[in-house]
Amino acid sequence: MSLETPLHRVEGLGSSHSGVSHFWRERVSGAALIPLGIWFAVSILGLAGGHYVSVLTFFSRPLNGILMAAFVVISLYHLVLGLQMVIDDYVHSPGGKVVLMLAARAFALACGALSLYALLEIARVF
Amino acid sequence: MADNPQRPGHRPRPLSPHLMHYRPTPTMISSITHRITGVGLGLGMAVLAWWLFAAARGPEPFALFLSLAITPLGQVILFGFAWALSYHLLAGIRHLVWDLGYGFDPRSANRWSLVIFTLSFLAPAGLFVLAYTGNGGYYL
Repeated sequence: MSLETPLHRVEGLGSSHSGVSHFWRERVSGAALIPLGIWFAVSILGLAGGHYVSVLTFFSRPLNGILMAAFVVISLYHLVLGLQMVIDDYVHSPGGKVVLMLAARAFALACGALSLYALLEIARVF
Repeated sequence: MADNPQRPGHRPRPLSPHLMHYRPTPTMISSITHRITGVGLGLGMAVLAWWLFAAARGPEPFALFLSLAITPLGQVILFGFAWALSYHLLAGIRHLVWDLGYGFDPRSANRWSLVIFTLSFLAPAGLFVLAYTGNGGYYL
């Protein structure tokens, strides 16, 4: 006899209350980062040597700006999911978990805001 | 648990062995490395944000970034990020392969761990050789 309520079984979220959503989000964002990561490496090599104007020219092209924005946003999304796993594994006090998860999200938000502002500014000015 | 209560007059209760008690295996080291490179790449996102922000702010902030990136320490750090990216990407592909149910037996898992470690150094080394021999910068 199962002690599970019918509602709980229908929801299918298990004892974690979030089901397998974390697993799926991590895999899908990771899969998206395979082509984006390769594009990123090829792009950085293409900009190695670092002339200021060529960096601006490169990112002011819509496709490059959009791909870079996608790389940044999906990387930070994937980062927060990964950091959550690390924090869940090694931090055992509930308060510590909350503080570190907030710190991880604040870090990701700051990196994302700076990067996206920069890309928009480059597209606007150049 | 470290604070497992010990009853006086009894010998210590057995604890489950943790990380440092196992003989290291390639899969174990590659799993730990996957985590460490993931966290390290998180720090790399801050450097990437700094680079983009400097470019948006103007030539002087950009020149400051480049003057730091070109130092030996800066190059070592950038190589570290390149290695971490290539390792995490390769090991991440293998995680997806594992998720599909392939490559779980110890022999192939260990063999692929060594392959991933080797490739993870060859890829960024190749990028740096290309950059230093003037074969980078094709968007300049």
